[in-house]
Amino acid sequence: MLTIKDLKASVEEKQILNGLNFEVKPGEVHAIMGPNGSGKSTLASVLAGREEYEVTGGEVMFNGEDLLEMNPEDRARAGVFLAFQYPVEIPGVSNANFLKTAVNEVRKSKGLEALDSKQFLKIMQEKMKLVEMDKAMTQRSVNEGFSGGEKKRNEIFQMAMLEPSLAILDETDSGLDIDALRIVANGVNALRDGKRSFIVITHYQRLLDYIVPDFVHVLYKGRIVKSGTKDLALELEEKGYDWIKEEVDATLNA
Amino acid sequence: MSDDLKILEDVANSEYKWGFVSNIESDNAPKGLNEDIVRFISAKKNEPEWLLEYRLKAFRHWQTMTEPVWPNVTYPKVDFQDIIYYSAPKPKVQLDSLDDLDPEIKATFDKLGISLEEQKRLANVAVDAVIDSVSVKTTFRETLLEKGIIFSSFSEAVHEHPELVKKYLGSVVPYTDNFYAALNAAVFSDGSFCYIPKGVRCPMELSTYFRINSAGTGQFERTLIIADEGSYVSYLEGCTAPMRDENQLHAAVVEIVSHAEAQVKYSTVQNWYPGDKEGKGGIFNFVTKRGICLGNKSKISWTQVETGSAVTWKYPSVILKGDNSVGEFYSVAVTNNMQQADTGTKMIHIGKNTSSTIISKGISGGRSHNSYRGLVKINKSADNARNFSQCDSLLLGDQCGAHTFPYLEVSNKSAKVEHEATTSKVGEDQIFYCNQRGISTEDAVGLIVNGYCKEVFNQLPMEFAVEAQKLLAISLEGSVG
Ligand SMILES: Nc1ncnc2c1ncn2[C@@H]1O[C@H](COP(=O)(O)OP(=O)(O)OP(=O)(O)O)[C@@H](O)[C@H]1O
Ligand SMILES: [Mg+2]
Repeated sequence: MLTIKDLKASVEEKQILNGLNFEVKPGEVHAIMGPNGSGKSTLASVLAGREEYEVTGGEVMFNGEDLLEMNPEDRARAGVFLAFQYPVEIPGVSNANFLKTAVNEVRKSKGLEALDSKQFLKIMQEKMKLVEMDKAMTQRSVNEGFSGGEKKRNEIFQMAMLEPSLAILDETDSGLDIDALRIVANGVNALRDGKRSFIVITHYQRLLDYIVPDFVHVLYKGRIVKSGTKDLALELEEKGYDWIKEEVDATLNA
Repeated sequence: MSDDLKILEDVANSEYKWGFVSNIESDNAPKGLNEDIVRFISAKKNEPEWLLEYRLKAFRHWQTMTEPVWPNVTYPKVDFQDIIYYSAPKPKVQLDSLDDLDPEIKATFDKLGISLEEQKRLANVAVDAVIDSVSVKTTFRETLLEKGIIFSSFSEAVHEHPELVKKYLGSVVPYTDNFYAALNAAVFSDGSFCYIPKGVRCPMELSTYFRINSAGTGQFERTLIIADEGSYVSYLEGCTAPMRDENQLHAAVVEIVSHAEAQVKYSTVQNWYPGDKEGKGGIFNFVTKRGICLGNKSKISWTQVETGSAVTWKYPSVILKGDNSVGEFYSVAVTNNMQQADTGTKMIHIGKNTSSTIISKGISGGRSHNSYRGLVKINKSADNARNFSQCDSLLLGDQCGAHTFPYLEVSNKSAKVEHEATTSKVGEDQIFYCNQRGISTEDAVGLIVNGYCKEVFNQLPMEFAVEAQKLLAISLEGSVG
């Protein structure tokens, strides 16, 4: 589904991704962990097509297509979804209106009829249940005045509405209380259907108790430096990153 | 609009009753302006002596005046002797089918979601089923007549209700007011007249849309609205269909009189041709709009969505004369490419406990310039007057300009005046967020800007608001980048 080869990217002349290799197959859940500033959000941004991030090398194939050649909206329409680490507020635009526009754009790109208000409302109500979202939230402006946790939940709600084939969750768990964490994880699990893939960026192994990953990777200095199963997350929780940093820095200096 | 639609339906189902065709000889006045031309216009319209006198006085006064130069706009000087001041209303060119319509206009119709039937009507396509505006208007008028509401063209009102026209014409905007108001008073072509009797709530939105020959009267339009004690009316000016006009200069005057406990809500969507991307062509729109709250607790609200014209110069104002009267101004002004707008309002507080609200949203893209100019004046007599002003500017690029010129004159210590102003840019973050959800940049800008203008759109009648939103998106095309 997603194949990243030797990806290099920089922002403001500063190289952040240094030859990253990574593969996601349909239905897989990959967790990415790594110290602050190691490039996790950068990877997510590059995949979503954010302009400030300049790709300086490598390739990214998504379902046989060159993802890097596509503009951000086409990537989204092709099924790439990013749950933002810091969701943006759009004053005056209701969540419902925003999502209706988005859903119908995605449908249009697939040659499907636009949903009318009634059909849309019905789907929205189903998905709202999934993330236990209050009806009032859909009438409020996109993320405006939402608490940190509400914003994150709203991202998952949007994901549920858009039904992407690859969802990248950037620290969706941070800032969530215990109940919200469970709700968000349930939302994600409900969308796991054996075909849809997830890249879950997190700092906490706790999330991975709820969303059990197939693989866990460590991103450090713009590269995947270690991969393993869920056990790797437990090991990191216990030992921190120093042992990995030492390993990597030793080989880099060698 | 739903009322209007109902009328359309009713009319479509009923027989054509009073089909009359106005038979005006099709001669134009020669170019230029002098007393003879003023007399010519008046004679053509078969006007009473007093109105000719009024026009002549206005003309003589106009000759002593010079064009205002204070607005923050630049444009080539208008040669007032190079304009034809009277041309008989021409029948619109009839098209055989919508296929003959200018594809650009057709595309805009489609984007606005205007129904095919309506498109045919607007484009004057010759089809049997097309509802003739004359008959629509007749039915429309009957409903109003039952309530004693007068809604007609200005010229008709001059003949049918001379006492009302004589009493109120120039009572809010005297011809001495400004250069363009004087010019309009001298040469106005036609416009609308509306009178709501005491205690009557007008049951439908009155729209200039339904006026005969309205397309031909655009250049020097004159509108007079009188709401008698305790009455209510919502009036819509303009329609959101694309407007093309060969007349470059537009100088309209709108006067509103709101008596005690009466309420007038006046909504405009203005989308005159803005010129091309390089600023060639386009309408100069120099409008004087003013209302007076004459009695206790009277209210006037202006809501405007301005997206068209090359140069706009417009300050819908309210004179709050009656105690406890209320003035409101809600405005969205969009400029793109080379457009220039200098718009705002004046709230003149005279009565006690008067209050006014100003919400202005200026949006500029391309290389356009967008200025808000507003005056809040609290007279000595206006005890406990209150004003709240909020003027927000949104920049869509870095080659456009937004300017705010708030003027405040307070002569009464009990006044409470609040002014807030912000300038912001459409955030890259917001656009990217929309992109990431599958929404193109152009649609994203439309969405974000519509959200930004929500407070103003909320003031518009529902159907009008929907079209205004679409219109906004269309006029923003290519504004970012
Ligand atoms: N727009 C930007 N301008 C300048 N530097 C940036 C920008 N975006 C990212 N960086 C830098 O790139 C590096 C990687 O940042 P990134 O956000 O990808 O880290 P991260 O792994 O997601 O960290 P965290 O765990 O704290 O979220 C950091 O040093 C950061 O300061
Ligand atoms: Mg991050």
